[in-house]
Amino acid sequence: MSDLDRLSLHVPEPAVRPGGQPDFSNVKIPKAGSVPRPEVDVAPEEMRDLAYSIIRVLNRDGEAVGPWARLLSDDELLSGLRHMMLLRAFDARMVMAQRQGKTSFYMQHLGEEAVSCAFRKVLVKGDMNFPTYRQAGLLIADGYPMVEMMNQIFSNESDPLRGRQLPIMYSSKEHGFFTISGNLATQYVQAVGWAMASAIKRDTKIAAAWIGDGSTAESDFHSALVFASTYKAPVILNIVNNQWAISTFQGIARGGSGTFAARGLGFGIPALRVDGNDYLAVYAVAKWAAERARRNLGPTLIEYVTYRVGAHSTSDDPSAYRPKTESEAWPLGDPVLRLKKHLILRGAWSEERHAQAEAEITDEVIQAQKQAEGHGTLHAGGKPSVRDIFEGVYAEMPPHIRRQRQKAGY
Amino acid sequence: MARMTMIEAVRSAMDVSMERDDNVVVFGEDVGYFGGVFRCTQGLQAKYGKTRCFDAPISESGIVGTAIGMAAYGLKPCVEIQFADYMYPAYDQITQEAARIRYRSNGDFTCPIVLRMPTGGGIFGGQTHSQSPEALFTHVCGLKVVVPSNPYDAKGLLIASIEDPDPVMFLEPKRLYNGPFDGHHDRPVIPWSKHDLGEVPEGHYTIPIGKAEIRRQGSAVTVVAYGTMVHVALAAAEETGIDAEVIDLRSLLPLDLDTIVKSVEKTGRCVVVHEATLTSGFGGEVAALVQEHCFYHLEAPVVRVAGWDTPYPHAQEWDYFPGPARLGRALVEVMEA
Repeated sequence: MSDLDRLSLHVPEPAVRPGGQPDFSNVKIPKAGSVPRPEVDVAPEEMRDLAYSIIRVLNRDGEAVGPWARLLSDDELLSGLRHMMLLRAFDARMVMAQRQGKTSFYMQHLGEEAVSCAFRKVLVKGDMNFPTYRQAGLLIADGYPMVEMMNQIFSNESDPLRGRQLPIMYSSKEHGFFTISGNLATQYVQAVGWAMASAIKRDTKIAAAWIGDGSTAESDFHSALVFASTYKAPVILNIVNNQWAISTFQGIARGGSGTFAARGLGFGIPALRVDGNDYLAVYAVAKWAAERARRNLGPTLIEYVTYRVGAHSTSDDPSAYRPKTESEAWPLGDPVLRLKKHLILRGAWSEERHAQAEAEITDEVIQAQKQAEGHGTLHAGGKPSVRDIFEGVYAEMPPHIRRQRQKAGY
Repeated sequence: MARMTMIEAVRSAMDVSMERDDNVVVFGEDVGYFGGVFRCTQGLQAKYGKTRCFDAPISESGIVGTAIGMAAYGLKPCVEIQFADYMYPAYDQITQEAARIRYRSNGDFTCPIVLRMPTGGGIFGGQTHSQSPEALFTHVCGLKVVVPSNPYDAKGLLIASIEDPDPVMFLEPKRLYNGPFDGHHDRPVIPWSKHDLGEVPEGHYTIPIGKAEIRRQGSAVTVVAYGTMVHVALAAAEETGIDAEVIDLRSLLPLDLDTIVKSVEKTGRCVVVHEATLTSGFGGEVAALVQEHCFYHLEAPVVRVAGWDTPYPHAQEWDYFPGPARLGRALVEVMEA
């Protein structure tokens, strides 16, 4: 015993802190097109490598290559580009609106637009997402009205959630978007339950669960994988690894497991890692997982490797914990620019058309904002009633809440 | 009508509900093939198949979390938490999810789930099989909290809970499963077959959530009780000879305040009794409401009788459990005040 050193605690640290030179040399990026595409019914143990690689379709020249390519038409890709640009413009306007005091809080998607926008396109009407706060692309890409989103963000008189929820915590059953909690990871296991229900009822619908890299540390993540694996639920388990959980780098949640996708292997769940900034790759992998779910082959775990370019929220300042230039050094590039380059290469797009689309989209967002602001913003104009505090706690208002509402003067 | 234990009554409630509505599903630890550690779900898997009654992994947050997802889909899950003491890993899912989904989505999504859980002591279960966590639920807006005291109520209230559009915490006093236990642990167990409230219709009926029942009419003092303590209170009234009116709350949330107020206005005295720990227990809420609504009718301070503010001990169970002797002393005290 005496020749052993005393124990010491290992506390992981990111490679670089503010003031340092950004360094992503530890992110191993395989060549686009180099990762094989297994059949959807392959045994999970025969595709374990996919949990450690990164599936990529778009190469540095903007070409779509390899076995995961060639799934989408020009029109589908143009519509995907438009969704991402719309989400980006929407975010920019809403961040500004928050700075102007029109709302209390906002969370943007900058750099992560491909993940939710491309994913939405593999779902059909009736499928259900259980999202986190950074998947508004699911709504945008499904045609949910921007004005409705803004009414919610401004908590105004037309807020579909009657002022009860923090901005961006949308809910739309019609658009397959489960009410966002604001708590972390709880939705992951709920998605599995929804998928189990679909299977119990011999339905054809599937569910999609969403979580961030940091929240995989929650016990509900483990519960979700246990239930999904046990009952082979028709669910796609998505992990958006954007490298940062507020100020905490992903190594704190990941520990020694190598990748987040690899968490699925111990559960016998097929696990894939994909370039989250590659619209075509996200679509292809999501499609593969959706097909597995629809064919009753069970759950799939997908890790989207991406980067949170913006702050965690409008209450956060990333320059306090990471180099300011880190996003520029991110080796997987920008999802909008990459798809744009690919479309130009295909001859389906041009710089001129892109600039024109940008202007049109900005105008569209501004028009929606004007309309929403006509119904009020957080501190000005129309707002939900005080009565709305007391409504909807239960289907039928119990006497004690009625007494309190009367006490409040409503 | 049939004679049923409380176990048979809750089983019958699930059976009737599953028969009537194929969106009702039942699952939890050991509830499928085996039929539950207290046998409440015995036979349901054989009758309805293993996709409607099945075993779950030992993961309460997973059980409640998946039930919430199923409810969002349109099912009506009635799940079992093996002991109320095991619900804590699911507390996040219960309090911040199930309770608020209707409110936060403005009714876009709802959460009609029932969590059944055996509660209370009296079976030498020690600190992790004896707890009464009802106040941890009554403090949460959006939940309903039900505690039956007999087989007839248990069945009617459980069917009402399953049919309710909101999440219901259904606490089953485990010491009442086989008989109306009045706290006299040294006497032979009286079975439900020898009690009027062991008479249970075989078919469908409901008892509304939020309605109390007066178990004993009296004029001297109001005893507010629920679950096992209803029977303790009846015994204490008989043994002290004090003419107590015993109210069985049945539902704690929503609470039948009118029945309490009417009774205390008549008697002028009130004792609240529960097995859960005293401090911040549900008795505090009842005492506050009674002084708020009946202050000028009160002849004496409201008295609380409860479990001690300690973990539930094993060997000293009967010194912890608020039996008829302890409650009887409180009745004498409140009459002399």
